[in-house]
Amino acid sequence: MNFELLLQLIINGLIVGLLYGVVGMCFVLVYKSTQIVNFAQGEFLLVGAWVCWALLIYLELPFFVGFLLSLAFMAVFGVMLQMIVLRPMIGEPIISVIMVTIGLSIFFQSLVKWIFGVSPQSYPQVFDTQSISIFGLNIELAYLMSTVIALIIMIGFYFFFKHSKHGLAMRATAFDQQVAQSLGISVKQVFAMSWGIAATVSATAGVVIGMVNGVSNSLSAIGIKVFPAVILGGLDSIVGAIVGGITIGILENVAEFFDSQYLHIGNMYDIAPFYVLLIILWFKPYGFFGTRDIERI
Amino acid sequence: MSSLAMRPCGDFRTSYKQDNTIFETKTIRWFTALVIGLACFAPFILDAYYLTLFIQISYLGIAALGLNILVGFTGQISLGHGAFFGFGAFASAWLNTSFNIPVFICIPMAGFLTMAVGMMFGMPAARIKGLYLAIATLAAQFIIEDFFGRAEWFSGGSAGSMANPVELFGFAFDTDESFYYIALFALVFMYIWGCNLMRSRDGRAFVAVRDHYLSAEIMGVKLNKYRLLSFGISSFYAGIGGAMYAHYLGYVSAEGFTIFMSVQFLAMVIIGGLGSIKGTLMGVVFMVLLPEALEGGVGIMKDTSWGNIPMVVDGLAYIKEMAIGLVIILFLIFEPEGLAHRWQQIKNYWKFYPFSY
Repeated sequence: MNFELLLQLIINGLIVGLLYGVVGMCFVLVYKSTQIVNFAQGEFLLVGAWVCWALLIYLELPFFVGFLLSLAFMAVFGVMLQMIVLRPMIGEPIISVIMVTIGLSIFFQSLVKWIFGVSPQSYPQVFDTQSISIFGLNIELAYLMSTVIALIIMIGFYFFFKHSKHGLAMRATAFDQQVAQSLGISVKQVFAMSWGIAATVSATAGVVIGMVNGVSNSLSAIGIKVFPAVILGGLDSIVGAIVGGITIGILENVAEFFDSQYLHIGNMYDIAPFYVLLIILWFKPYGFFGTRDIERI
Repeated sequence: MSSLAMRPCGDFRTSYKQDNTIFETKTIRWFTALVIGLACFAPFILDAYYLTLFIQISYLGIAALGLNILVGFTGQISLGHGAFFGFGAFASAWLNTSFNIPVFICIPMAGFLTMAVGMMFGMPAARIKGLYLAIATLAAQFIIEDFFGRAEWFSGGSAGSMANPVELFGFAFDTDESFYYIALFALVFMYIWGCNLMRSRDGRAFVAVRDHYLSAEIMGVKLNKYRLLSFGISSFYAGIGGAMYAHYLGYVSAEGFTIFMSVQFLAMVIIGGLGSIKGTLMGVVFMVLLPEALEGGVGIMKDTSWGNIPMVVDGLAYIKEMAIGLVIILFLIFEPEGLAHRWQQIKNYWKFYPFSY
C-alpha cells in the first residue's frame, strides 16, 4: 500500500474540501435565509472566475485589483439576480423555485461558453514559485493560498453572524421571517444581501480554483458537487456544510486512490460522492447537523 | 378534465360521467378524431423534415407525459428523467440484440425494465420529498449516466450500441414515412392511456397526494404506494419514449442522456402546464420548435445586410441553450401555469366575445 500517495491525496482532498465547504456555506446561507435551493451556485464560481480572467487579460490589471473588482461585480450580480429573478418567485411552490435556479444555471453556463469559448484558460502567474514542500509533501502555493483564503472566509462568516448588526438581522430572518419583519428588519434587504454574499464568496472560491486548474466550464460542476457536501452536513447548518465539504473532498480522493490501486472501476472521483449522497438520504435525510423537519397539522 | 377555476361560468356538470369525460363536448371529440385522421395522411403531403420533427415530438412527448404524471399530478420532483429515457433506449437495443426478441415486444419490455429501475431509485421517495427528492434524483441521474459509460455488456460502453428498426410481419419500419405511423400510434395510445389513468382510482390518489398528502393519508390513500407507483409509471413512459428513440435513430450513444436532457423534459412540462395532459403536448411542441425557430431566424438574419454578425451565427448552439434557460425563467415568472392555462384563457375569451367578463 502506497502510504505516501494516500497521504498526499488526503491532503489534497482536505484542501479541495475546504473550498467545497466555502461554496457549501454560501449554499446553506441562501437556503437558510431565503428558503431557495440554489442550483446555480456553480455558475457563481464560473462567472466570477471568468470575469476576473477577463479583467486580468484584457485590461491587464494587477492580480489583486482585478480580483477585488470582480468580487465587487459579483456582489452587484448576486443582488441584481435576486431582485430581478428570484423576488417574483417568493411564495411559489418549491418546484418552481428549483426550476428557476436551474434555468439560471443553464442560461449563464451557455452565456459564458458563448462569450469566452469552451477551451480552458489559465491566469497569469501570481506567485514566483510553483510549490513548496512541507514535511516532505509537495504543496502548491496556490493551494496553500486557497486554504488561507478559505479559513479567512470561514472566520469572517463567524464574526459577521455573531458580532454584526446585519448578521444578526440575517439570523433573525432565517429563524422566522414574520417575527423578523415585525421587529423592523427589512427582509427584502436581507434576501438581496444573502445572494450578494453568496455570489461574492463563491466567486472567490472560483478564482482560487481557477488559479490552480485553469478557468473552464468544469467550474460549474462544483455547484453540483456541493449537494453531497451539504446533505451530508445537513441542509441548514453552516458548520455542517464545512464538515460535509471536507468529508466529501477527502472521500473522493480516497475513493480515487482505492480505485486506481485495487478496484479499477474508473471514474470513482466523480461518482463516489453521489453514492454517498444516496446512502445518506436513505438513512439520515437530515444529515449530521441539520434540524429535523417536524410537521404539525 | 379542466380544473374548476378554468371552467367558464354556466358550464355545469350534473353527473360523475360528465365530470370524468375525456372530451368535454362533442365538438372537441370530433375535432380530435378529425386531427388524428388527418395526421394519418401527413406522410403523403409533408416532406421529410416535418416528419422528423413530428417523430421527435412523439417520442419526447411520451417521455414528457410520464414526467408530468410524476411532477404535475403527484407533486414529486425528478431531475433524472433524461437518464431513465436513456435507460429505456439502451434496454430496448440490448434486449433486441442479445436475446433476439422482436423489436415491437422489446419496446414495452424496455418500458417495464425502466419502470423497475425507476422504482428502485424512487424508493427514497417514499421517505423524502420536495427538494430532498430533487437531490436524490439528481444523484440517480449521475449514477445511471456513469453506468452507461461503464457497462459494456449493456450499452456498448463508449462505442454505443446499434438498434434494429421495428419489424412487424416481415415489414421493416425503417424509413421516416413508415416509422411515422408507429410514432403516431404510440403517441395517441400513450396519451389516451394517460388520460384514462387520471380518471381512475389511482389517478385520483395521485392528485390527492399532491394536493395535501396528510389529508390523503387520513382518507386512506397509501402514500408510499402511490409515490412509488407514480415513479414507476413515469419511468415506464420514459422507457417507452427512449425505446422509440433508439429504434428510430438505429444507434444509441451514451453521451446524449445528460442532466441537460432531464432539465429539458422538466422545461417541457412546466411550459406546457403542470398537471395538464393536453398542455404536456403543447410544451413538447414548443420546446421542439424553439431551436428550429431560432435556427430559421438566424438563417434569415444571415442573409440580410445588418444581421450577419459572426458571433451570433457561430454561437447558434449556445444561443439555443440560452434560449431554453431563458424560456424556463420567463415562463415561471410570467405564466407559471403554462401554455395550457393560456390556451384556456384564449378559449374563454372567444366564448364570451365581446363581453369577456
